[in-house]
Amino acid sequence: MSVSTASPPAGTKASFFERLSQSRNGLGLLFMLPAALFLLCFLTYPLGLGVWLGFTDTMIGRPGIFIGLENYEYLWHDRVFWMSVFNTVVYTAVASVLKFVLGLWLAIILNEHLPFKTFFRAIILLPWVVPTVLSALAFWWIYDSQFSIISFVLMKAGLISAPINFLGDPTNARLSVIAANVWRGIPFVAISLLAGLQTIPASLHEAAALDGATSWQRFRSITLPLLTPIIAVVMTFSVLFTFTDFQLIYVLTKGGPVNATHLMATLSFQRGIPGGALGEGAAIAVAMVPFLLAAILFSFFGLQRRRWQQGGSD
Amino acid sequence: MINRRTFLAGTAGLAGTAFAGPFAGGNAFAQAAAPTYKPEEGSSLRLLRWVPFVPAEEEAWLANTKKFTDATGVEVRIDKESWEDVRPKAAVAANVGSGPDMVMSWFDDPQQYPDKLVDLTDLGTSIGQANGGWYAGLEGYAKRGDQFIALPLCAIGNAVVYRDSHVKAAGFSEFPKDTAGFLELCKAMQAKGTPAGFPHGKAVGDGNNYAHWLLWSHGGQMVDESGKVVINSPETLAAVKYAMELYKTFIPGTESWQDVNNNRAFLAGQVSLIANGVSVYYAALKDPATQEMAKDMRSTNFPIGPVGKSVELAQTSTISVFKHTKYPEAAKAYLQFMYQPDNMNAWIQGASAYCCQPLKGLANNPVWTSNPIHAAYARASETLRPNGYAGPLGAASAGTMADYVLVDMFAEAVTGQSSPEDAIANAERRANRYYRV
Repeated sequence: MSVSTASPPAGTKASFFERLSQSRNGLGLLFMLPAALFLLCFLTYPLGLGVWLGFTDTMIGRPGIFIGLENYEYLWHDRVFWMSVFNTVVYTAVASVLKFVLGLWLAIILNEHLPFKTFFRAIILLPWVVPTVLSALAFWWIYDSQFSIISFVLMKAGLISAPINFLGDPTNARLSVIAANVWRGIPFVAISLLAGLQTIPASLHEAAALDGATSWQRFRSITLPLLTPIIAVVMTFSVLFTFTDFQLIYVLTKGGPVNATHLMATLSFQRGIPGGALGEGAAIAVAMVPFLLAAILFSFFGLQRRRWQQGGSD
Repeated sequence: MINRRTFLAGTAGLAGTAFAGPFAGGNAFAQAAAPTYKPEEGSSLRLLRWVPFVPAEEEAWLANTKKFTDATGVEVRIDKESWEDVRPKAAVAANVGSGPDMVMSWFDDPQQYPDKLVDLTDLGTSIGQANGGWYAGLEGYAKRGDQFIALPLCAIGNAVVYRDSHVKAAGFSEFPKDTAGFLELCKAMQAKGTPAGFPHGKAVGDGNNYAHWLLWSHGGQMVDESGKVVINSPETLAAVKYAMELYKTFIPGTESWQDVNNNRAFLAGQVSLIANGVSVYYAALKDPATQEMAKDMRSTNFPIGPVGKSVELAQTSTISVFKHTKYPEAAKAYLQFMYQPDNMNAWIQGASAYCCQPLKGLANNPVWTSNPIHAAYARASETLRPNGYAGPLGAASAGTMADYVLVDMFAEAVTGQSSPEDAIANAERRANRYYRV
């Protein structure tokens, strides 16, 4: 047996590009470079700058100096900030749960053989397609303290005697903005889960039905476990969108009444841009990061547990 | 002589010849030769302004701008932003050193980035001297020490607007002049089912005007002359308690009101007494459905409180030139042209009493006597008290207002969310943050 190897002629060296084209690692790096540059410029740099600003007393039009944790110390004792944290957590938790339950329900209905199924699937996306500011303006009128259509109808029906103070009462205002967010967010959850539902083989349901499983048992033991990976992804996005919501609140209440609907995002903007306190605004924005990380970690390590997905009990 | 490149804008000779009109009297104040500005070769300008509230005001501004362009060849592009968005846009432009060359901004915005603005002292001084001087309150917004960092543009008066027949039906043949009488009027109007309404929500303009009147009319103030926060005072407590009584007479829902809500509720006949710019009157006049209401509308200044004199905030606007502009001379020439008495008077007149003149020499503009409802807005520039009174204007005063510290203080107390004392203490703490104690 003879072995022959192709070797470059003595005295010639492979060019850099030739060697690069032969190197798995080199090519890998090369292909990743555009994405890495993009992330560095548009994600890492702004995020890093935001974190840095949070440690400074930068004002608009005036560079700041490093002040350590002073912004955070102030926020720690600031009841408006804590109210915004409370509001953000309540807003996110309630809206996300409602969006999930209603979205799943809608997805299951749309997965059935309904007449005009395609039409309904298309129309269901409308709230998601309409620009948020426009739907927020519509809700602004719906919740108007004097001209609300809801109040008008209820008053005409004789059920109430005065308009409902939707955005003036703190509890009503919170519920109202949550309702608007849920209305807007349901289509995303519903359509995404519908896509997940369609990947579940019908044969599993048929086999279970033959074994005498009830609808609930089939949902609990087949649909839900197989849908969980999709749920994890969809709900992660849903929680992130809700947690960082801005437009809806800014149009509807600007954080009022008396800061009862201020979210961390809106408070960060109010103080950072119109208020000029860029450092403090950045600190509020950075304070959102641990919550967002927790939501992501919960999704990945909680909802994506393999054994649970496969019907086990951990 | 005017040609497209050498433009001796603003000189007495120019104003007296080329653009003389019915308001040429402004030049009676001329004391010294105005500086001359020669627009740079190939210059063009961009002005960022707030969306006009009165269409004729914009038309007058554009007409003046066109005259300037015709005379100098300098194109001026005017970008409009919703009035609440001007502040962040201008701040970003100042910060990044790019964007519009000039900005028509609000309140103490120029004081937030004075280092980024072109020194307009020569221009400001000469225009003031030629027109009887600037009104002190407005001038304060535009000056940093002795230096003009902007030119005062106008004050937008915020007067009490009411339905005359409803006030009379409530048993008041004359509108009360003091806060005690005003409270009685509001109680009587509520009893008649024609209540008043003032915003306690995040209403940047109307909410701040109302809150500052409440505070100042009772002798309270956010800070003293040195910038020390003094909001926690017996006078503030009296103001908060008065606001709580007044709030009980309002139509429900004013905690959520933003700037537009009071207009809307008034025009729909839901409330009969609000505080607003004159725009609400013209909105009523324009709509055939509310023309009858317009005839019944009257305006008056806010009542006088225990402090014994009229004290109001009034929305104010200034024009500044950013240092990043490539054409500072053109910008100055443009401003000089726009502030010529004829041009400025035409603009004030176009604004139909919405904008009050910045210069004392223009006070006899016929707009103020052309309609009785205008009268209450004529004094805005003269009587206004600057934001953050009696302290220095700057980032602290601007931030305190933008963070709704005063608006929230009253809203917390009137809605019962906090006790008056607690609401004041919270406002003190938040204000201290901006004034960095």
